[in-house]
Amino acid sequence: MNELVNFTIDKKECMSTKGKYLVDAAAENGIYIPTLCNITGIQPRGACRLCTVKVNGKLTTACTTPVYNNMEVENESPELQDLRKSIIELMFADGNHYCPYCEKSGDCELQAIAYRYRVTVPRFPYSFPKREIEAGHPLLAKDHNRCILCKRCIKAVKDDDGRSIFAFARRSHKLTISVDTRLSHVMSPEKAAYAAEICPVGAILLKGAAFKKPIGERKYDKKPIGTELEM
Amino acid sequence: MIKNITIEPLTRVEGHGKVTLQVDEHGNISSSRLHIVEFRGFEKFIQGRPYWEAPVLVQRLCGICPVSHHLAAAKATDEIVGAGVEHLPETALKMRQLMHYGQFFQSHALHFFHLSSPDFLFGVDAPVSKRNVLGVAAEFSDLARQGIMMRKFGQEIIEATAGKKIHGTGAIPGGINKNLSPEQRKAFLHGDPEFNASRMIEWAEGAIEVFLNYHRDNRNFVDGFASFPSNHMSMVNEDGGLDIYHGRLRAVNAEGEKILKDIDYRDYLQYIGEEVRAWSYMKFPYLKSLGKEKGWYRVGPLARLNCCDYIPTPRAQEAFEKFREYTNGKPNNMSMHMHWARLIETLFAAEMIERLLQDDALSGETLSYQGTKKFEGIGVIEAPRGTLIHHYRIGDDDLITMANLIVSTTHNNQPMNEAVFRAAQATFNGRTIVTEGMLNAVEVAVRAYDPCLSCATHALGQMPLMVEIQDADGNILDTRIRELE
Repeated sequence: MNELVNFTIDKKECMSTKGKYLVDAAAENGIYIPTLCNITGIQPRGACRLCTVKVNGKLTTACTTPVYNNMEVENESPELQDLRKSIIELMFADGNHYCPYCEKSGDCELQAIAYRYRVTVPRFPYSFPKREIEAGHPLLAKDHNRCILCKRCIKAVKDDDGRSIFAFARRSHKLTISVDTRLSHVMSPEKAAYAAEICPVGAILLKGAAFKKPIGERKYDKKPIGTELEM
Repeated sequence: MIKNITIEPLTRVEGHGKVTLQVDEHGNISSSRLHIVEFRGFEKFIQGRPYWEAPVLVQRLCGICPVSHHLAAAKATDEIVGAGVEHLPETALKMRQLMHYGQFFQSHALHFFHLSSPDFLFGVDAPVSKRNVLGVAAEFSDLARQGIMMRKFGQEIIEATAGKKIHGTGAIPGGINKNLSPEQRKAFLHGDPEFNASRMIEWAEGAIEVFLNYHRDNRNFVDGFASFPSNHMSMVNEDGGLDIYHGRLRAVNAEGEKILKDIDYRDYLQYIGEEVRAWSYMKFPYLKSLGKEKGWYRVGPLARLNCCDYIPTPRAQEAFEKFREYTNGKPNNMSMHMHWARLIETLFAAEMIERLLQDDALSGETLSYQGTKKFEGIGVIEAPRGTLIHHYRIGDDDLITMANLIVSTTHNNQPMNEAVFRAAQATFNGRTIVTEGMLNAVEVAVRAYDPCLSCATHALGQMPLMVEIQDADGNILDTRIRELE
């Protein structure tokens, strides 16, 4: 039998199953902790750092931290809010994110979180990197201008033999996600659609699907991100 | 002594331009130029983007008639996905047409009521503080309210079809991403009696009356100001009727002879050339058959009514017949009659909106079509300001390798220069003192074309107007500054 534990988030009494990751345990208790890299059910990596919270006064990522009894979590303090906002701003400054013509607009998690944290103009200078669009794959296009290197595609999209279709290439500020051309050419339409869906931004595009969802029916047109959890 | 007069920036137009006038030693205008001094560069930076982004990306050229760019690009990308107009599902075609007529209605209403009506209602040389839309609202409140509500109605049609009033996403390559419910159609047709399609038709007819009354009292000015013979080009439907969504390209000369005989617009490169001149970012298009000197032509409302044989709605047709009668069936070459033509088109748009809203096809379920892929697409549409051409080529990887946009205001480049010259001659010749009203008179000539300078060079903004009078050596003899209103 799963052991239940009691803990607090911003002094609110919470209860969950011992060992469950904090980001999921918070959601069970109606509390939203933002994340751009986490996918429930897949081993977390803490790549985006957006879910950074304070546990017993120490900074840590909520997606990689299991809950335990009497844990005291700080989630929405001004300090953490500003920290998260900085991370979001850095993401915008680091890539080329032009929401006005991005087909993911309205369904984009980065955009939705930026609205939640009231990001207007980044405090950091835009780097305007020169990046390519890899569109030679039959079903997908990979727009490196928008990639935030969250690793969701690497972790979650495998072929039927468990081989990774997406992988990191190069290092440091040149780090990028490459697509295995051989595997992308035999990728099923369902797998391609899944890759585009889990991408939190408009970096993985499903060919032939752009703008098919009308404005008003996109994921975040009706409810801002996180509000589906919050009570 | 030769003087140069500069009008910068032009006001109550979309975008940023300036006019320079050269005055000879006798005080007469010897030459003039309309300079377009902004540069946007969309043709370049869309290269390397996926073709399906074009309808949403390129419309960001403008906030007044983005629907035109949205639809012209959509028509071009329809061809790329093998869904030319003959394959486009009826629901998609009619939703796009409704979107386009909604845009025509709002854009024309904006131009007449907000930008141009102050000149008609108060006079070209009325005080600046009065000669604006707020002045109209203060003295002609019913008319101002109608203008605002007409624009709102058009924008709500756009929102219902494209998802947003400005920069929507409705048209996609090969179709549309939504239909219109019977309830939505009913609301536009039979909703609030002060805000439905039949009220818009009534108000559009009233706007024509406003113009005709002004014309009756100021015939010499309206007929003679900045008037000059020219060629005219527009799209017409298969029967020669007015069509702003799809058709063939026709051009007539000043006498009404067809000089471009209903060609397939996909062959435009065979017939239309573009000249670059060093003093403007805007190119000068011309009909190749007539050459650079004689091949320039007008586009827009006046050209459309000069090219078409009829208008396919009854009330606009009636107004069109009076319009044609005025010039005995010959092309109308009077620049200020552009406003008359624009208001007839406003009525046409209102009637078409009502007709389309009654069509059940708008509520159909088949929204898009995909055929055999091509690597090139050309889309042409009649934007409120005139013929708009979008042309794209793509590579094997679906990324755009070439984009060519010839927008309405670009077609009108030489005609606007011609109009400026005529207006300046009529206003400045023999006068020694330059007044603000004289400068506005030149702007009135440009404004008649409803130019969208942002589109044409691929920024919206209003800055104080500055005029410098210089001698031949460039020494400033006099400066006049108009502050922001």
